[in-house]
Amino acid sequence: MSHDFAPLPDLPPPAASVGVIGWLRRNLFSNTINSLLTLFAIYLLATLLPPLLNWLFFDADWIGDSRDACTSGGACWVFISARFSTFMYGFFPENETWRINLIYIALIACMAPLFIESFRHKVKLGVFVIFVFPIFGFILLFGGVFGLEQTETSQWGGLTLTLLLASVGCVAALPLGIMLALGRQATNMPAVKSMCVLFIEFWRGVPLITVLFMSSVMLPLFLPEGVSFDKLLRALIGITLFQSAYIAEVVRGGLQAIPKGQYEAADALGLSYWKKMGLIILPQAMKIVIPGIVNTFIALFKDTTLVIIVGLLDVLGMVQNALNDPNWLGYSTEGYVFTAFVFWIFCFSMSRYSQALERKLHTGHKR
Amino acid sequence: MTAAVPNTAADNEVMIELRGVNKWYDKFHVLKDINLQVAKGERIVVCGPSGSGKSTMIRCINRLEEHQKGQIIVDGTELTSDLRQIEQIRKEVGMVFQHFNLFPHLTVLENLALAPMWVRKMPRKEAEAIGMQYLERVKIPDQAKKYPGQLSGGQQQRVAIARSLCMNPRIMLFDEPTSALDPEMIKEVLDVMIELAESGMTMMCVTHEMGFAKTVADKVIFMDRGQIVESNPPEEFFNNPQNERTQLFLSQIIGH
Repeated sequence: MSHDFAPLPDLPPPAASVGVIGWLRRNLFSNTINSLLTLFAIYLLATLLPPLLNWLFFDADWIGDSRDACTSGGACWVFISARFSTFMYGFFPENETWRINLIYIALIACMAPLFIESFRHKVKLGVFVIFVFPIFGFILLFGGVFGLEQTETSQWGGLTLTLLLASVGCVAALPLGIMLALGRQATNMPAVKSMCVLFIEFWRGVPLITVLFMSSVMLPLFLPEGVSFDKLLRALIGITLFQSAYIAEVVRGGLQAIPKGQYEAADALGLSYWKKMGLIILPQAMKIVIPGIVNTFIALFKDTTLVIIVGLLDVLGMVQNALNDPNWLGYSTEGYVFTAFVFWIFCFSMSRYSQALERKLHTGHKR
Repeated sequence: MTAAVPNTAADNEVMIELRGVNKWYDKFHVLKDINLQVAKGERIVVCGPSGSGKSTMIRCINRLEEHQKGQIIVDGTELTSDLRQIEQIRKEVGMVFQHFNLFPHLTVLENLALAPMWVRKMPRKEAEAIGMQYLERVKIPDQAKKYPGQLSGGQQQRVAIARSLCMNPRIMLFDEPTSALDPEMIKEVLDVMIELAESGMTMMCVTHEMGFAKTVADKVIFMDRGQIVESNPPEEFFNNPQNERTQLFLSQIIGH
């Protein structure tokens, strides 16, 4: 005798293990300690977040042109908007700021095609941006030709100066750093190698603040009478040399990660040293060290604020300068929050760009 | 396939000559008084236990390793520390490695065209045409646009052989070309090498593929502890090994 076997339908999963409640249980209240930590975190957020948001946004004063507009007790963003142009352009003559804007616009216009996948002449454009564009930028900033009013480097300041220091520091230090890394690897040329080691270890061993101080205060003592060169230029050279030592060590790490077989295969094909490095080793090594290089770039970007000790006023310097203005005494929090925000925007963009670059260059295989 | 096609008299030109070559790694004596002549079109198979110096020997021929004593003369040029001469010799000597050593950041075709373009100064179009030609010869023209990491080991090794051939070398060196491959891929690589041997290329090959040695070698060299112990044509070498170390080695690799 047989009877049909009809299994009962599956029961739905218990409500407490799926959906929102399930997620909460698993992630936030899985045991006593986690539950306590969750409750504590909620308490902290509840006490801290509303006042912060109130200060930042809801109670903040946005419109006006003097401190009289700031009455509601929140942040006084009027301070930022009133002094915005000095934060951006420093002491650049007011009716000449179009020149700085033009540099930004031209730079963005030049860089944009580099992000377009199908654009064919990326290398040529890259070379143009790195070698020709700085000349164009310098002429616009400095003036003195083509009927442009000449400016002093001491008038350059604010975000303009920050970006100038950081970009020159990065662009000039990268090739120098690569050469130093290659030099340090050159075991068959002991003189070159020890010079590179000496250079790297010297610059890595001193704090940037000392470098800037020395370039500004001590260097003129060693120069012959009457010879002097620009304070900004000295700071730039100091930053570049300092940065190149760091980049050299990052790049060296990449060079060491390339398997010996790659060097041998390039050698066996008859490639000369420079071709081997330029075509085979560096393209692979640089890809590996993108995160490290971007890390040093971000560190440098933030370190540029140190130029304040030699009297160059970058964006932070301009903010501090504005805080000394008797009309705006007492708004330092707003100033520093704003500066932090500006730096964060740039550093975060760099970080995202490096991640995108890594993904793009990943050809997905080792050996 | 005929074993050991006899060389005609005109081919007696010596392509590689090693005279009393010695090499040390610190105190370890890797190569002891190596004497060897390879004539044009000759196919030499080098075998021996690991650590016997066979890879080191062929790596000395294109100076991936430096020898410390003796003379190495390749295609009429002596290897010294003169960089130009080394580069000159490397142009004429192709090398295939155990681990392929393809350039992972370049596509297969770019791997092939690189040396003709940058060493032989060929225009890109021409170099790529040559690359495609050799890719067809190793039977994977459809992989040209892929990256090496997307190919199987056997395919990668065939690309590596094609890459060397693109330089139109007069000599090919193989350093254990099939040792890193899965068994089912060994044949496809050996087939390419056999075809190359039949085309008259001067070849030196470090390998444990005794079938390959029997098929194509003019001479089989057995090395042990840095010395050439035995050097004979394959029939003689396999059927009537003279030295007891050779006998032991052969019994170990063929006996199972």
